[in-house]
Amino acid sequence: MKKILYSKKAAPYIFILPFVITFAVFWLIPIIKSGYMSTQKILPGQSTFIALDNFKRLLSDRVFFVAVANSFKYMILTLVLLIPIPILFACLINSKFGGSKLTNFFKTAMFVPALTSVVVAGTIFRLIFGEMDTSLANQFIGLFGAEPVKWLKESFTGFAALLSLACWRWWGVNTMYFIAGLQNIPEDYYEAASIDGANTWQKFINITIPQLKPTIVYVLTISIYGGLAMFNESYMLHQGNNSPNNIGLTIVGYLYRQGIEKNDMGYACAVGIVLLLIVLIINIPQLMATGTLKNGER
Amino acid sequence: MKSKKYFVSKLFITLLFVLLSIVILIPFWAIFVGTFQEGSMLIRNGLNLKLDFSTANLDNYITLFTDSGEYFNWFFNSMLLTVIQVVLTLFISAFVAYGFAAYDFKFKNILFIFVLLIMSVPFEMLMLPLYVQINDMSLSDNYAAILLPFLAHASTIFFFRQYLTGVPKELIEAGRIDGASEFGIFFRLIMPIMKPSFAAMAILNGMNSWNNFLWPLLVLRSSDKYTLPIGLNTLITPYGNNYDLLIVGSFFSIIPILVLFLCFQKYFIEGMTAGAVKG
Repeated sequence: MKKILYSKKAAPYIFILPFVITFAVFWLIPIIKSGYMSTQKILPGQSTFIALDNFKRLLSDRVFFVAVANSFKYMILTLVLLIPIPILFACLINSKFGGSKLTNFFKTAMFVPALTSVVVAGTIFRLIFGEMDTSLANQFIGLFGAEPVKWLKESFTGFAALLSLACWRWWGVNTMYFIAGLQNIPEDYYEAASIDGANTWQKFINITIPQLKPTIVYVLTISIYGGLAMFNESYMLHQGNNSPNNIGLTIVGYLYRQGIEKNDMGYACAVGIVLLLIVLIINIPQLMATGTLKNGER
Repeated sequence: MKSKKYFVSKLFITLLFVLLSIVILIPFWAIFVGTFQEGSMLIRNGLNLKLDFSTANLDNYITLFTDSGEYFNWFFNSMLLTVIQVVLTLFISAFVAYGFAAYDFKFKNILFIFVLLIMSVPFEMLMLPLYVQINDMSLSDNYAAILLPFLAHASTIFFFRQYLTGVPKELIEAGRIDGASEFGIFFRLIMPIMKPSFAAMAILNGMNSWNNFLWPLLVLRSSDKYTLPIGLNTLITPYGNNYDLLIVGSFFSIIPILVLFLCFQKYFIEGMTAGAVKG
Protein backbone atom coordinates (compact mmCIF):
# COMPACT_ATOMS: atom_id res chain seq x y z
CA MET A 1 0.00 0.00 0.00
CA LYS A 2 2.70 2.38 1.03
CA LYS A 3 4.57 1.56 -2.15
CA ILE A 4 1.61 2.55 -4.31
CA LEU A 5 1.14 5.76 -2.38
CA TYR A 6 4.76 6.71 -2.83
CA SER A 7 5.20 5.70 -6.45
CA LYS A 8 5.79 8.46 -8.93
CA LYS A 9 3.02 7.13 -11.14
CA ALA A 10 0.28 7.30 -8.54
CA ALA A 11 1.42 10.57 -6.99
CA PRO A 12 -0.20 13.00 -9.46
CA TYR A 13 -3.58 11.32 -9.02
CA ILE A 14 -3.33 11.55 -5.27
CA PHE A 15 -2.43 15.23 -5.55
CA ILE A 16 -5.46 16.05 -7.62
CA LEU A 17 -7.82 13.69 -5.82
CA PRO A 18 -9.32 16.36 -3.51
CA PHE A 19 -10.34 18.36 -6.54
CA VAL A 20 -11.81 15.36 -8.36
CA ILE A 21 -13.92 14.42 -5.35
CA THR A 22 -15.09 17.99 -4.76
CA PHE A 23 -15.90 18.41 -8.41
CA ALA A 24 -17.90 15.19 -8.60
CA VAL A 25 -19.81 15.52 -5.34
CA PHE A 26 -20.48 19.24 -5.18
CA TRP A 27 -20.62 20.34 -8.82
CA LEU A 28 -21.15 17.54 -11.31
CA ILE A 29 -23.79 15.51 -9.48
CA PRO A 30 -25.76 18.62 -8.41
CA ILE A 31 -25.72 19.96 -11.97
CA ILE A 32 -26.99 16.67 -13.36
CA LYS A 33 -29.63 16.50 -10.64
CA SER A 34 -30.65 20.05 -11.36
CA GLY A 35 -30.98 19.23 -15.05
CA TYR A 36 -33.30 16.41 -14.08
CA MET A 37 -35.26 18.58 -11.65
CA SER A 38 -35.79 21.22 -14.30
CA THR A 39 -38.04 18.75 -16.13
CA GLN A 40 -40.20 18.17 -13.07
CA LYS A 41 -43.07 19.87 -11.38
CA ILE A 42 -41.94 19.58 -7.78
CA LEU A 43 -44.49 19.74 -5.00
CA PRO A 44 -43.84 18.68 -1.43
CA GLY A 45 -43.82 14.89 -1.44
CA GLN A 46 -44.43 14.38 -5.14
CA SER A 47 -42.87 15.27 -8.45
CA THR A 48 -44.31 14.88 -11.90
CA PHE A 49 -42.44 14.80 -15.16
CA ILE A 50 -43.46 17.75 -17.30
CA ALA A 51 -40.65 17.67 -19.89
CA LEU A 52 -39.81 21.17 -21.08
CA ASP A 53 -42.81 22.98 -19.62
CA ASN A 54 -40.65 24.90 -17.14
CA PHE A 55 -38.57 26.26 -20.00
CA LYS A 56 -41.68 27.21 -21.98
CA ARG A 57 -43.01 29.01 -18.93
CA LEU A 58 -39.72 30.87 -18.70
CA LEU A 59 -40.08 32.24 -22.22
CA SER A 60 -43.35 33.93 -21.37
CA ASP A 61 -42.27 35.12 -17.92
CA ARG A 62 -41.97 38.89 -18.06
CA VAL A 63 -40.39 39.24 -14.63
CA PHE A 64 -37.62 36.86 -15.67
CA PHE A 65 -36.76 39.13 -18.58
CA VAL A 66 -36.73 42.15 -16.28
CA ALA A 67 -34.22 40.30 -14.11
CA VAL A 68 -32.08 39.33 -17.12
CA ALA A 69 -32.13 42.91 -18.41
CA ASN A 70 -31.12 44.28 -14.99
CA SER A 71 -28.26 41.82 -14.66
CA PHE A 72 -26.94 42.59 -18.14
CA LYS A 73 -27.26 46.34 -17.58
CA TYR A 74 -25.38 46.04 -14.31
CA MET A 75 -22.71 43.82 -15.85
CA ILE A 76 -22.07 46.16 -18.78
CA LEU A 77 -21.96 49.28 -16.62
CA THR A 78 -19.58 47.64 -14.16
CA LEU A 79 -17.29 46.66 -17.04
CA VAL A 80 -17.19 50.30 -18.12
CA LEU A 81 -16.54 51.54 -14.58
CA LEU A 82 -14.45 48.77 -13.08
CA ILE A 83 -11.81 48.19 -15.75
CA PRO A 84 -10.57 51.41 -17.41
CA ILE A 85 -10.54 53.46 -14.22
CA PRO A 86 -8.60 50.90 -12.16
CA ILE A 87 -6.08 50.58 -15.02
CA LEU A 88 -5.58 54.32 -14.80
CA PHE A 89 -5.26 54.19 -10.99
CA ALA A 90 -2.74 51.35 -11.26
CA CYS A 91 -0.63 53.30 -13.77
CA LEU A 92 -0.71 56.42 -11.59
CA ILE A 93 0.23 54.44 -8.50
CA ASN A 94 3.00 52.71 -10.42
CA SER A 95 4.31 55.99 -11.80
CA LYS A 96 5.62 56.96 -8.33
CA PHE A 97 4.46 60.51 -9.00
CA GLY A 98 2.51 60.78 -5.77
CA GLY A 99 5.38 60.22 -3.33
CA SER A 100 5.74 56.79 -1.74
CA LYS A 101 3.97 57.55 1.57
CA LEU A 102 0.88 59.02 -0.07
CA THR A 103 0.84 56.32 -2.74
CA ASN A 104 0.94 53.57 -0.15
CA PHE A 105 -1.78 55.23 1.85
CA PHE A 106 -3.92 55.58 -1.25
CA LYS A 107 -3.34 51.93 -2.17
CA THR A 108 -4.42 50.79 1.30
CA ALA A 109 -7.38 53.16 1.43
CA MET A 110 -8.62 51.90 -1.93
CA PHE A 111 -8.47 48.30 -0.84
CA VAL A 112 -10.11 48.63 2.55
CA PRO A 113 -13.72 48.82 1.25
CA ALA A 114 -13.27 45.36 -0.25
CA LEU A 115 -12.70 44.08 3.27
CA THR A 116 -16.14 45.07 4.44
CA SER A 117 -18.89 42.54 4.24
CA VAL A 118 -21.70 43.24 1.83
CA VAL A 119 -24.04 43.43 4.81
CA VAL A 120 -22.00 46.24 6.34
CA ALA A 121 -21.37 48.04 3.04
CA GLY A 122 -25.03 47.69 2.09
CA THR A 123 -26.16 49.09 5.43
CA ILE A 124 -23.84 52.09 5.11
CA PHE A 125 -24.89 52.80 1.54
CA ARG A 126 -28.58 52.35 2.27
CA LEU A 127 -28.28 55.06 4.89
CA ILE A 128 -26.15 57.27 2.62
CA PHE A 129 -28.72 56.96 -0.17
CA GLY A 130 -31.68 57.33 2.18
CA GLU A 131 -34.75 59.20 1.01
CA MET A 132 -34.78 61.66 3.91
CA ASP A 133 -33.68 65.21 3.12
CA THR A 134 -30.76 64.86 5.51
CA SER A 135 -29.22 61.72 3.98
CA LEU A 136 -25.65 62.25 2.82
CA ALA A 137 -26.47 61.75 -0.87
CA ASN A 138 -29.28 64.31 -0.68
CA GLN A 139 -27.08 66.74 1.25
CA PHE A 140 -24.44 66.31 -1.43
CA ILE A 141 -26.72 67.03 -4.39
CA GLY A 142 -28.20 69.84 -2.29
CA LEU A 143 -24.82 71.56 -2.54
CA PHE A 144 -25.55 71.95 -6.24
CA GLY A 145 -29.06 73.17 -5.55
CA ALA A 146 -30.83 69.91 -6.44
CA GLU A 147 -34.00 68.77 -4.71
CA PRO A 148 -33.84 65.67 -2.44
CA VAL A 149 -34.30 62.41 -4.32
CA LYS A 150 -35.86 59.09 -3.33
CA TRP A 151 -32.77 57.25 -4.45
CA LEU A 152 -33.78 53.66 -3.96
CA LYS A 153 -37.32 54.02 -5.31
CA GLU A 154 -36.48 54.95 -8.91
CA SER A 155 -34.79 52.78 -11.48
CA PHE A 156 -32.15 55.30 -12.57
CA THR A 157 -31.11 56.55 -9.14
CA GLY A 158 -31.37 53.05 -7.69
CA PHE A 159 -28.85 51.89 -10.25
CA ALA A 160 -26.62 54.86 -9.46
CA ALA A 161 -26.59 53.82 -5.82
CA LEU A 162 -25.87 50.21 -6.76
CA LEU A 163 -23.00 51.24 -9.02
CA SER A 164 -21.47 53.54 -6.39
CA LEU A 165 -21.50 50.63 -4.01
CA ALA A 166 -19.87 48.39 -6.63
CA CYS A 167 -17.18 50.95 -7.47
CA TRP A 168 -16.48 51.63 -3.82
CA ARG A 169 -15.98 47.96 -3.05
CA TRP A 170 -14.24 46.77 -6.23
CA TRP A 171 -12.04 49.59 -7.53
CA GLY A 172 -9.34 48.67 -5.02
CA VAL A 173 -9.35 44.97 -5.83
CA ASN A 174 -9.16 45.50 -9.58
CA THR A 175 -6.47 48.14 -9.14
CA MET A 176 -4.44 45.55 -7.20
CA TYR A 177 -4.75 43.07 -10.08
CA PHE A 178 -3.52 45.68 -12.52
CA ILE A 179 -0.66 46.81 -10.28
CA ALA A 180 0.44 43.16 -10.10
CA GLY A 181 0.17 42.96 -13.89
CA LEU A 182 2.19 46.15 -14.37
CA GLN A 183 5.06 44.84 -12.27
CA ASN A 184 5.52 41.99 -14.72
CA ILE A 185 6.24 44.37 -17.61
CA PRO A 186 10.01 44.57 -18.13
CA GLU A 187 11.40 48.04 -17.53
CA ASP A 188 13.57 47.93 -20.70
CA TYR A 189 10.49 48.07 -22.95
CA TYR A 190 9.82 51.56 -21.66
CA GLU A 191 13.46 52.57 -21.86
CA ALA A 192 13.69 51.40 -25.46
CA ALA A 193 10.51 53.32 -26.30
CA SER A 194 11.89 56.45 -24.63
CA ILE A 195 15.02 56.21 -26.74
CA ASP A 196 12.79 56.00 -29.81
CA GLY A 197 11.14 59.19 -28.64
CA ALA A 198 7.76 57.78 -27.63
CA ASN A 199 5.66 59.96 -25.33
CA THR A 200 3.76 58.77 -22.27
CA TRP A 201 0.53 58.23 -24.16
CA GLN A 202 2.23 56.22 -26.93
CA LYS A 203 3.97 54.09 -24.33
CA PHE A 204 0.66 53.49 -22.60
CA ILE A 205 -1.10 52.41 -25.80
CA ASN A 206 1.75 50.43 -27.36
CA ILE A 207 3.39 48.82 -24.34
CA THR A 208 1.23 48.96 -21.22
CA ILE A 209 -2.09 47.87 -22.71
CA PRO A 210 -0.78 44.95 -24.82
CA GLN A 211 1.41 43.74 -21.96
CA LEU A 212 -1.49 43.97 -19.53
CA LYS A 213 -3.72 41.94 -21.83
CA PRO A 214 -3.67 38.71 -19.78
CA THR A 215 -4.61 40.63 -16.65
CA ILE A 216 -7.30 42.58 -18.50
CA VAL A 217 -8.79 39.35 -19.81
CA TYR A 218 -8.76 37.83 -16.35
CA VAL A 219 -10.43 40.85 -14.76
CA LEU A 220 -12.87 41.01 -17.66
CA THR A 221 -13.84 37.38 -17.14
CA ILE A 222 -14.39 37.68 -13.41
CA SER A 223 -16.22 40.99 -13.91
CA ILE A 224 -18.57 39.52 -16.49
CA TYR A 225 -19.54 36.67 -14.26
CA GLY A 226 -19.52 38.79 -11.13
CA GLY A 227 -21.81 41.27 -12.86
CA LEU A 228 -24.23 38.66 -14.13
CA ALA A 229 -24.26 36.93 -10.75
CA MET A 230 -24.83 40.08 -8.70
CA PHE A 231 -27.35 39.58 -5.94
CA ASN A 232 -25.97 40.49 -2.52
CA GLU A 233 -25.51 44.19 -3.24
CA SER A 234 -29.06 44.61 -4.44
CA TYR A 235 -30.45 42.44 -1.64
CA MET A 236 -28.75 44.59 0.99
CA LEU A 237 -29.48 47.94 -0.59
CA HIS A 238 -33.18 47.21 -1.00
CA GLN A 239 -33.53 45.46 2.35
CA GLY A 240 -34.43 42.12 0.82
CA ASN A 241 -35.29 40.65 -2.50
CA ASN A 242 -38.32 42.80 -3.23
CA SER A 243 -37.38 46.16 -4.70
CA PRO A 244 -40.00 48.64 -5.94
CA ASN A 245 -41.09 47.55 -9.45
CA ASN A 246 -38.28 45.00 -9.36
CA ILE A 247 -35.73 47.73 -10.18
CA GLY A 248 -33.10 45.79 -8.24
CA LEU A 249 -34.15 42.28 -9.25
CA THR A 250 -31.30 40.31 -10.82
CA ILE A 251 -31.10 36.86 -12.35
CA VAL A 252 -29.79 35.35 -9.13
CA GLY A 253 -32.42 37.28 -7.20
CA TYR A 254 -35.06 35.64 -9.38
CA LEU A 255 -33.47 32.24 -8.81
CA TYR A 256 -33.59 32.92 -5.08
CA ARG A 257 -37.19 34.07 -5.26
CA GLN A 258 -38.42 31.03 -7.17
CA GLY A 259 -36.28 28.41 -5.47
CA ILE A 260 -36.09 29.56 -1.87
CA GLU A 261 -38.92 32.03 -1.32
CA LYS A 262 -41.58 30.33 -3.46
CA ASN A 263 -40.09 26.87 -3.13
CA ASP A 264 -40.73 26.13 -6.80
CA MET A 265 -37.54 24.12 -7.23
CA GLY A 266 -38.27 22.67 -10.65
CA TYR A 267 -38.82 26.08 -12.19
CA ALA A 268 -35.87 27.58 -10.32
CA CYS A 269 -33.61 24.84 -11.66
CA ALA A 270 -34.76 25.68 -15.18
CA VAL A 271 -33.80 29.32 -14.50
CA GLY A 272 -30.43 28.11 -13.20
CA ILE A 273 -29.75 26.03 -16.30
CA VAL A 274 -30.54 28.90 -18.64
CA LEU A 275 -28.15 31.09 -16.66
CA LEU A 276 -25.42 28.52 -16.68
CA LEU A 277 -25.72 28.37 -20.47
CA ILE A 278 -25.61 32.16 -20.78
CA VAL A 279 -22.42 32.40 -18.74
CA LEU A 280 -20.75 29.50 -20.53
CA ILE A 281 -21.68 30.93 -23.93
CA ILE A 282 -20.09 34.25 -22.97
CA ASN A 283 -17.04 32.95 -21.16
CA ILE A 284 -15.85 29.88 -23.05
CA PRO A 285 -15.14 31.59 -26.38
CA GLN A 286 -13.40 34.32 -24.44
CA LEU A 287 -11.23 31.89 -22.52
CA MET A 288 -10.42 30.01 -25.72
CA ALA A 289 -9.65 33.11 -27.72
CA THR A 290 -7.24 34.37 -25.12
CA GLY A 291 -5.48 31.07 -24.65
CA THR A 292 -6.34 30.57 -20.99
CA LEU A 293 -7.79 27.17 -21.79
CA LYS A 294 -4.72 26.27 -23.84
CA ASN A 295 -2.55 27.06 -20.83
CA GLY A 296 -3.79 23.86 -19.31
CA GLU A 297 -2.24 21.85 -22.12
CA ARG A 298 1.30 22.95 -21.44
CA MET B 1 15.49 66.51 -15.93
CA LYS B 2 12.64 67.77 -13.83
CA SER B 3 10.65 70.13 -15.96
CA LYS B 4 7.66 72.29 -15.13
CA LYS B 5 5.47 69.60 -16.65
CA TYR B 6 6.83 67.12 -14.11
CA PHE B 7 5.78 69.27 -11.19
CA VAL B 8 2.35 69.94 -12.63
CA SER B 9 1.74 66.20 -13.01
CA LYS B 10 3.09 65.59 -9.53
CA LEU B 11 0.79 68.20 -8.04
CA PHE B 12 -2.18 66.91 -10.01
CA ILE B 13 -1.64 63.28 -8.98
CA THR B 14 -1.04 64.21 -5.35
CA LEU B 15 -4.30 66.14 -5.26
CA LEU B 16 -6.15 63.32 -7.00
CA PHE B 17 -4.87 60.71 -4.53
CA VAL B 18 -5.74 62.84 -1.52
CA LEU B 19 -9.22 63.60 -2.85
CA LEU B 20 -9.99 60.00 -3.79
CA SER B 21 -8.72 58.70 -0.46
CA ILE B 22 -11.09 61.07 1.29
CA VAL B 23 -14.06 60.03 -0.86
CA ILE B 24 -13.30 56.34 -0.32
CA LEU B 25 -12.93 56.74 3.43
CA ILE B 26 -16.06 58.88 3.92
CA PRO B 27 -18.41 55.89 4.39
CA PHE B 28 -16.11 54.55 7.12
CA TRP B 29 -16.02 57.92 8.83
CA ALA B 30 -19.80 58.17 8.56
CA ILE B 31 -20.39 54.81 10.21
CA PHE B 32 -17.80 55.62 12.87
CA VAL B 33 -19.68 58.81 13.70
CA GLY B 34 -22.88 56.75 13.58
CA THR B 35 -21.66 54.45 16.35
CA PHE B 36 -22.07 57.39 18.78
CA GLN B 37 -25.66 58.10 17.79
CA GLU B 38 -28.96 56.51 18.62
CA GLY B 39 -30.24 54.03 16.06
CA SER B 40 -33.64 55.69 15.81
CA MET B 41 -31.92 58.97 14.99
CA LEU B 42 -29.96 57.28 12.21
CA ILE B 43 -33.13 55.93 10.66
CA ARG B 44 -34.70 59.37 10.79
CA ASN B 45 -31.74 61.44 9.64
CA GLY B 46 -29.32 59.08 7.95
CA LEU B 47 -25.60 59.06 8.55
CA ASN B 48 -23.79 62.26 9.26
CA LEU B 49 -20.23 63.42 8.87
CA LYS B 50 -20.25 65.81 11.80
CA LEU B 51 -19.97 64.38 15.26
CA ASP B 52 -22.56 66.24 17.29
CA PHE B 53 -21.15 66.25 20.81
CA SER B 54 -24.42 67.35 22.40
CA THR B 55 -26.10 64.04 21.49
CA ALA B 56 -23.10 61.75 21.08
CA ASN B 57 -22.73 59.00 23.65
CA LEU B 58 -21.17 55.62 24.22
CA ASP B 59 -24.47 53.79 24.77
CA ASN B 60 -24.06 51.67 21.65
CA TYR B 61 -20.66 50.46 22.78
CA ILE B 62 -22.05 49.68 26.21
CA THR B 63 -24.86 47.72 24.56
CA LEU B 64 -22.34 45.90 22.39
CA PHE B 65 -20.31 44.70 25.34
CA THR B 66 -23.05 44.07 27.85
CA ASP B 67 -26.31 43.37 26.09
CA SER B 68 -25.63 42.37 22.50
CA GLY B 69 -27.41 39.02 22.58
CA GLU B 70 -25.56 36.63 20.32
CA TYR B 71 -23.24 39.15 18.67
CA PHE B 72 -19.99 37.83 20.09
CA ASN B 73 -21.17 34.30 19.51
CA TRP B 74 -21.53 35.19 15.81
CA PHE B 75 -18.22 36.97 15.91
CA PHE B 76 -16.52 33.87 17.29
CA ASN B 77 -18.26 31.62 14.72
CA SER B 78 -17.02 33.84 11.91
CA MET B 79 -13.48 33.86 13.28
CA LEU B 80 -13.46 30.09 13.65
CA LEU B 81 -14.89 29.45 10.19
CA THR B 82 -12.53 31.94 8.55
CA VAL B 83 -9.44 30.44 10.16
CA ILE B 84 -10.44 26.86 9.32
CA GLN B 85 -11.46 27.77 5.81
CA VAL B 86 -8.29 29.73 5.03
CA VAL B 87 -5.89 27.13 6.42
CA LEU B 88 -7.59 24.16 4.76
CA THR B 89 -8.26 25.93 1.45
CA LEU B 90 -4.65 27.06 1.12
CA PHE B 91 -3.30 23.65 2.00
CA ILE B 92 -5.64 21.57 -0.15
CA SER B 93 -5.59 23.94 -3.11
CA ALA B 94 -1.78 24.08 -3.07
CA PHE B 95 -1.70 20.29 -2.91
CA VAL B 96 -3.92 20.02 -5.99
CA ALA B 97 -2.14 22.83 -7.81
CA TYR B 98 1.18 21.07 -7.37
CA GLY B 99 -0.30 17.97 -8.97
CA PHE B 100 -1.32 20.03 -12.00
CA ALA B 101 1.92 21.99 -12.19
CA ALA B 102 4.55 19.30 -11.63
CA TYR B 103 3.28 16.23 -13.47
CA ASP B 104 2.02 15.03 -16.79
CA PHE B 105 -0.67 12.45 -16.49
CA LYS B 106 -3.68 11.06 -18.25
CA PHE B 107 -6.82 13.25 -18.13
CA LYS B 108 -4.77 16.21 -16.91
CA ASN B 109 -6.02 18.56 -19.61
CA ILE B 110 -9.67 17.70 -19.26
CA LEU B 111 -9.46 17.97 -15.47
CA PHE B 112 -7.78 21.33 -15.69
CA ILE B 113 -10.49 22.53 -18.03
CA PHE B 114 -12.96 21.63 -15.28
CA VAL B 115 -10.97 23.82 -12.88
CA LEU B 116 -11.26 26.69 -15.34
CA LEU B 117 -14.95 26.07 -15.91
CA ILE B 118 -15.78 26.15 -12.21
CA MET B 119 -13.70 29.29 -11.99
CA SER B 120 -15.66 31.00 -14.71
CA VAL B 121 -19.11 29.91 -13.59
CA PRO B 122 -20.43 31.99 -10.71
CA PHE B 123 -21.25 29.98 -7.65
CA GLU B 124 -24.59 31.79 -7.31
CA MET B 125 -25.83 30.11 -10.46
CA LEU B 126 -25.14 26.68 -9.07
CA MET B 127 -26.32 27.40 -5.57
CA LEU B 128 -29.73 25.73 -5.90
CA PRO B 129 -28.41 22.36 -7.10
CA LEU B 130 -25.75 22.59 -4.42
CA TYR B 131 -28.39 23.46 -1.85
CA VAL B 132 -30.42 20.41 -2.83
CA GLN B 133 -27.30 18.25 -2.67
CA ILE B 134 -26.44 19.53 0.80
CA ASN B 135 -29.97 18.78 1.98
CA ASP B 136 -29.79 15.29 0.46
CA MET B 137 -26.55 14.73 2.35
CA SER B 138 -28.26 15.97 5.56
CA LEU B 139 -25.62 18.64 5.92
CA SER B 140 -27.87 21.66 6.26
CA ASP B 141 -27.29 23.85 9.30
CA ASN B 142 -23.84 22.28 9.48
CA TYR B 143 -20.51 24.07 9.05
CA ALA B 144 -19.31 21.18 6.89
CA ALA B 145 -21.76 22.38 4.23
CA ILE B 146 -20.14 25.82 4.24
CA LEU B 147 -16.60 24.46 4.09
CA LEU B 148 -16.50 21.27 2.06
CA PRO B 149 -17.59 22.48 -1.40
CA PHE B 150 -14.91 25.19 -1.44
CA LEU B 151 -11.79 23.62 0.03
CA ALA B 152 -10.41 22.56 -3.35
CA HIS B 153 -11.05 26.10 -4.51
CA ALA B 154 -10.83 26.50 -8.28
CA SER B 155 -9.45 30.01 -8.55
CA THR B 156 -6.99 29.40 -5.71
CA ILE B 157 -5.81 26.24 -7.48
CA PHE B 158 -5.45 28.21 -10.69
CA PHE B 159 -3.46 30.95 -8.96
CA PHE B 160 -1.12 28.50 -7.22
CA ARG B 161 -0.58 26.57 -10.42
CA GLN B 162 0.42 29.78 -12.19
CA TYR B 163 2.81 30.49 -9.37
CA LEU B 164 4.26 26.98 -9.43
CA THR B 165 4.93 26.95 -13.18
CA GLY B 166 7.61 29.51 -12.31
CA VAL B 167 9.38 27.00 -10.05
CA PRO B 168 12.36 25.30 -11.78
CA LYS B 169 11.90 21.57 -12.45
CA GLU B 170 15.51 21.06 -11.35
CA LEU B 171 14.45 21.71 -7.78
CA ILE B 172 12.00 18.82 -7.93
CA GLU B 173 14.57 16.57 -9.64
CA ALA B 174 17.16 17.45 -7.01
CA GLY B 175 14.68 16.43 -4.32
CA ARG B 176 14.11 13.07 -6.04
CA ILE B 177 17.86 12.43 -6.30
CA ASP B 178 18.15 13.11 -2.58
CA GLY B 179 15.65 10.31 -2.08
CA ALA B 180 12.66 12.37 -0.99
CA SER B 181 9.23 10.93 -1.76
CA GLU B 182 6.88 12.85 -4.05
CA PHE B 183 4.96 14.13 -1.04
CA GLY B 184 8.14 14.90 0.84
CA ILE B 185 9.16 17.12 -2.06
CA PHE B 186 5.87 18.96 -1.86
CA PHE B 187 5.91 19.44 1.90
CA ARG B 188 9.61 20.19 2.38
CA LEU B 189 10.71 21.87 -0.82
CA ILE B 190 7.66 23.35 -2.50
CA MET B 191 5.49 24.63 0.35
CA PRO B 192 8.25 26.82 1.81
CA ILE B 193 8.84 28.63 -1.48
CA MET B 194 5.11 29.26 -1.91
CA LYS B 195 4.98 31.64 1.05
CA PRO B 196 4.36 34.89 -0.87
CA SER B 197 1.53 33.30 -2.82
CA PHE B 198 0.09 31.91 0.41
CA ALA B 199 -0.02 35.44 1.83
CA ALA B 200 -1.89 36.77 -1.19
CA MET B 201 -4.38 33.92 -1.17
CA ALA B 202 -4.78 34.08 2.62
CA ILE B 203 -5.99 37.65 2.25
CA LEU B 204 -8.35 36.94 -0.64
CA ASN B 205 -9.77 33.76 0.89
CA GLY B 206 -9.94 35.33 4.33
CA MET B 207 -11.93 38.23 2.93
CA ASN B 208 -14.30 35.90 1.12
CA SER B 209 -14.82 33.71 4.11
CA TRP B 210 -15.24 36.49 6.68
CA ASN B 211 -17.73 38.26 4.44
CA ASN B 212 -19.42 35.22 2.93
CA PHE B 213 -23.14 35.92 2.84
CA LEU B 214 -25.43 34.10 0.43
CA TRP B 215 -24.28 30.52 1.00
CA PRO B 216 -24.32 30.62 4.82
CA LEU B 217 -27.68 32.40 4.56
CA LEU B 218 -29.05 29.36 2.74
CA VAL B 219 -27.32 26.73 4.82
CA LEU B 220 -27.54 27.98 8.40
CA ARG B 221 -30.83 27.71 10.28
CA SER B 222 -30.16 28.02 14.00
CA SER B 223 -29.19 31.45 15.24
CA ASP B 224 -26.43 30.19 17.55
CA LYS B 225 -24.59 28.95 14.45
CA TYR B 226 -24.93 32.20 12.48
CA THR B 227 -21.85 33.93 11.18
CA LEU B 228 -21.43 37.66 11.63
CA PRO B 229 -22.90 38.81 8.29
CA ILE B 230 -25.91 36.53 8.71
CA GLY B 231 -26.41 37.66 12.28
CA LEU B 232 -26.06 41.34 11.40
CA ASN B 233 -28.55 40.83 8.60
CA THR B 234 -31.17 39.69 11.12
CA LEU B 235 -30.80 43.06 12.86
CA ILE B 236 -31.90 44.93 9.74
CA THR B 237 -35.51 45.56 10.51
CA PRO B 238 -37.37 48.80 9.99
CA TYR B 239 -37.51 49.29 13.76
CA GLY B 240 -34.96 51.56 15.31
CA ASN B 241 -33.91 49.62 18.34
CA ASN B 242 -31.78 47.13 16.41
CA TYR B 243 -29.90 49.84 14.58
CA ASP B 244 -27.98 50.70 17.74
CA LEU B 245 -26.37 47.29 17.65
CA LEU B 246 -26.33 46.99 13.85
CA ILE B 247 -24.16 50.06 13.34
CA VAL B 248 -21.71 49.51 16.14
CA GLY B 249 -21.61 45.78 15.36
CA SER B 250 -20.97 46.46 11.69
CA PHE B 251 -18.19 48.84 12.52
CA PHE B 252 -16.65 46.36 14.90
CA SER B 253 -16.85 43.54 12.35
CA ILE B 254 -14.45 45.30 10.00
CA ILE B 255 -11.59 45.25 12.51
CA PRO B 256 -10.34 41.61 12.40
CA ILE B 257 -10.17 41.43 8.62
CA LEU B 258 -8.55 44.85 8.48
CA VAL B 259 -5.86 43.69 10.91
CA LEU B 260 -5.26 40.57 8.80
CA PHE B 261 -4.92 42.72 5.69
CA LEU B 262 -2.57 45.25 7.27
CA CYS B 263 -0.34 42.44 8.60
CA PHE B 264 -0.01 40.67 5.26
CA GLN B 265 -0.25 43.69 2.99
CA LYS B 266 3.51 43.72 2.39
CA TYR B 267 3.40 40.26 0.83
CA PHE B 268 0.11 40.81 -0.89
CA ILE B 269 1.29 42.64 -4.00
CA GLU B 270 4.41 40.50 -4.18
CA GLY B 271 2.34 37.34 -4.10
CA MET B 272 -0.24 38.66 -6.53
CA THR B 273 2.54 39.65 -8.94
CA ALA B 274 4.22 36.26 -8.83
CA GLY B 275 0.97 34.43 -9.43
CA ALA B 276 -0.46 36.93 -11.87
CA VAL B 277 -1.90 35.67 -15.12
CA LYS B 278 0.83 35.65 -17.72
CA GLY B 279 0.39 35.62 -21.45
